[in-house]
Amino acid sequence: MAEPKIKYDRQLRIWGEQGQAALEKASVCLLNCGPTGSETLKNLVLGGIGSITVVDGSKVEVGDLGNNFMVDETSLGESKAKCVCAFLQELNDAVKATFIEEFPEKLIESNPSFFSQFTLVIATQLVEDKMLKLDRICREANVMIVFARSYGLTGLVRVSVKEHTVIESKPDHFLDDHRLNNPWPELKRFVESIDVNVPDPVAHKHIPYVVILVKMAEEWAQSHGGTLPSTREEKNELKDLLTSRMIGLDEDNYKEAVDAYYKLFSSRGISSDLMQILNDNCAEIDSNSSDFWVMVAALKEFVALEGGGEVPLEGSIPDMTSSTEQYVNLQKVYQAKAEADFLAMEKHVQNSLKKIGRDPNSISKMTIKVFCKNTRKLKVCRYRMIQEEFNSPSLSVLQNYLTDEKYSMAAGFYILLRAVDRFAANYNSFPGQFDGEIDEDISRLKTLAVSLLTDLGCNGSILSEDLIKEICRFGAAELHAVSALIGGIASQEVIKLITKQFTPMIGTFIFNGIDQKSKLMLL
Amino acid sequence: MHTDSDILELEDAAQTCTDVPMVESTANSRTRDLDRLLLRSGHLVGPNFEPSVELRDYLQEYARVLVVGAGGLGCELLKDLALSGFKNLDVIDMDRIEVTNLNRQFLFRLEDVGKPKAEVAAKRVMERVSGVNIVPHFCRIEDKDIDFYNDFIIIVLGLDSVEARSYINSVACSFLEYDEKDNPKEETVKPMVDGGTEGFKGHARVIVPGMTPCFECTIWLFPPQVKFPLCTLAETPRTAAHCIEYAHLIKWDEVHSGKAFDPDDPEDMQWVYKEALKRAELFGIPGVTYSLTQGVVKNIIPAIASTNAIISAACSLETLKIVSGCSKTLSNYLTYNGVEGLHTEVTDFVKDNDCIVCGPGVLIEMDTSCTLQKFIEQLEEHPNLHLSKVSVTHQGKNLYMQAPPVLEEMTRSNLSLALFDLMGRISGGTVHVNGTSIKNNKKTSGLRKLRVVFKGVDGMADMDTAGGA
Repeated sequence: MAEPKIKYDRQLRIWGEQGQAALEKASVCLLNCGPTGSETLKNLVLGGIGSITVVDGSKVEVGDLGNNFMVDETSLGESKAKCVCAFLQELNDAVKATFIEEFPEKLIESNPSFFSQFTLVIATQLVEDKMLKLDRICREANVMIVFARSYGLTGLVRVSVKEHTVIESKPDHFLDDHRLNNPWPELKRFVESIDVNVPDPVAHKHIPYVVILVKMAEEWAQSHGGTLPSTREEKNELKDLLTSRMIGLDEDNYKEAVDAYYKLFSSRGISSDLMQILNDNCAEIDSNSSDFWVMVAALKEFVALEGGGEVPLEGSIPDMTSSTEQYVNLQKVYQAKAEADFLAMEKHVQNSLKKIGRDPNSISKMTIKVFCKNTRKLKVCRYRMIQEEFNSPSLSVLQNYLTDEKYSMAAGFYILLRAVDRFAANYNSFPGQFDGEIDEDISRLKTLAVSLLTDLGCNGSILSEDLIKEICRFGAAELHAVSALIGGIASQEVIKLITKQFTPMIGTFIFNGIDQKSKLMLL
Repeated sequence: MHTDSDILELEDAAQTCTDVPMVESTANSRTRDLDRLLLRSGHLVGPNFEPSVELRDYLQEYARVLVVGAGGLGCELLKDLALSGFKNLDVIDMDRIEVTNLNRQFLFRLEDVGKPKAEVAAKRVMERVSGVNIVPHFCRIEDKDIDFYNDFIIIVLGLDSVEARSYINSVACSFLEYDEKDNPKEETVKPMVDGGTEGFKGHARVIVPGMTPCFECTIWLFPPQVKFPLCTLAETPRTAAHCIEYAHLIKWDEVHSGKAFDPDDPEDMQWVYKEALKRAELFGIPGVTYSLTQGVVKNIIPAIASTNAIISAACSLETLKIVSGCSKTLSNYLTYNGVEGLHTEVTDFVKDNDCIVCGPGVLIEMDTSCTLQKFIEQLEEHPNLHLSKVSVTHQGKNLYMQAPPVLEEMTRSNLSLALFDLMGRISGGTVHVNGTSIKNNKKTSGLRKLRVVFKGVDGMADMDTAGGA
């Protein structure tokens, strides 16, 4: 193996070579390289991101040495962007690292087209009005943004993208697609070819549980007018029937069948999540449609025609107690069906492409294959503009959290993080930034927070006095540990967005560093 | 917050001494940001929080923190703690740097491969954060005396094995003493902060022995690893992993009589891969690759920089809060999952009052005539202990030591003496035993606290009624 491949081995096991290639192609821009920004980039540079551009107009001060690992004594008085960039380059020479000594706030105002060259912008420590402006610029240019902010013992992470579609969402737990209660002809024939009542005990305990369950379901249906158990009593009866067929206590295949028998009652057809995607307006494709939506349109046709209400079969089965021969043969039955479904899907994709005037082979077989394996796990993430959320957050959600015993502190921080920006706009400093003015700042911040709640329509919601005082105590400090945590979360979302794998967060994540009861709030 | 009288006091003090918050917490200080938490009073803080310059000095000058592990979590922990006001750190790790570490263990470079992790990590952090002193220990955690661990105010764990966590936990809990009412004595409580990651998931937890569940109280959170039955490997292989494990566990020994398989030797790994491939072809099983072979044989857990950063930062923040009291702390278990969106959850697990590790100690009743040898044999048969190869200490005195050989020889003669006599003919007391036990087919070393009570000796009534196993 080549050295980079060995170096990235532990992450290739997560996002594979496709994911790695996407990272290596991406160009990312960081706004402000305090500890929050620096730590975010560090995690991406280690993973081999294509290129980084660090934008920061400030010089390194003594205070920075206490919270940012990427600067040291020799950096004092130098451009922070330059020092951070140099250290990051040291971590991975495969990354193209550049810096621009400029205040991001200035770039947002004077050079909005600057941002359109990047795959993704990581915007750290921005105040409200700059966030809103940048959000509009990037939405227009179709550039993804991850906002990250550390503030004392709190902070936030927010993703903003018009639309992010995921084929390989790789969820942790997902019910296998075995079609046990809806076997296709070849699976039926395979099951019939196996004698489940074989007298040889060794053969008996090596029949795969999939075969046992399909057979049982069929037997039951024959004696019950063609239907499967529906009531709890009937289900238990079937379970008892299953147990009665065991001829030895050591029959692991029957134990697996009993453990999996609930799969017989899983609902057939399309889940409501997938139905929503199939019915999405974007599934009505035109020449501007992305490959994802073209394939969704094809999927819709497949479900209506060949699928008979089902999606293409994934075709993989988990390990189960079985003889090698029966397992391998069963595997072949599933794979053959998956291959047939894939071929049908490929035709639909080609037709769809033709219909919108594109080259019918412009979506690769490989991509269609991956799509077929993941149709039940497709994800479409859409994000409100920051402005929309700020002007009209989901009131019921916000109010629920504000009064929730566990998460009222996180919700309070959400409000207060916005209130400190109003404070800064009014008084040119953050509350508690200067030692002598803390008491005054507390009452000023309280007034601003109350008026913000009123503006949002959260009349009657009360913020805890202690929390307001805490925010003033923080004095806009950027603590290293909090920054590393916020930066860690931000970089993880960046990875998901760029690799187009796993599901990125939707909503605003509010970090609660007091008791760690943080919350992702969809507002 | 500062009251008016506070400010008056500070102004007075400022004339005679520069060591006051108002003067110190200027923008032009290394502790610019930390000072907000350490010098200012707060309302959502720990019970004994006293904001002051002295508190900051205490963190910087006196508080010694041990980081166990210098890997993915350890590198982050050292950086985070060094930038959270701690200046006296120790780090212990027995491993050397490998190429596969470089995607996340950011203190290491390609030219460091082969060097001890603890030493390189300590050096790199000291180079960048001036004033911080980090002492590396390139050894196994079991190689250190128990007393070594008692010198730290808190122990932070960045480990990837259940056994190692279990060991450190047993050591930290062994310092714990209970008073006559079975309440933990505060000065004997050695807090721990533990982190762990796998892919996009992780956990951070706070363990305050005697107050919160210890690692052993909630051992069920770490279910034992499932192993393939040998008969499946030998007779009915179905998956690529079965073929690989057959080559690794069965075929290797058949062919290489007596030569142990070395997972770090690429030639050995290549041999297993080729054998697995042959077997897979024979049975028509797809999917054997070199990468999968390594993954199965070495039980590789996928790891990335971002998750380690998140978990280490949470652990470091909790460490700062526990030591300084500057805010409330996590109670007591945080999970993070970034696979589908983002989920964090805090769970307040409850302590197992009968825990043999953090509880008041396993009660053992003995005859006064019982010899030390007999006592040691009893521990092997004890239903809750199953300890073998036991070393015994009482109030810091070695009664019997298995190793090193010099100590073994010195203490061997004690074996034939009565434990009652060795303990100074008292009615009973706490004895520490260090030995190995077999759990889930794995040997684990552990330290256990036993409450020995001698039958028929006065003054033991209070011990009889005390809890314990």
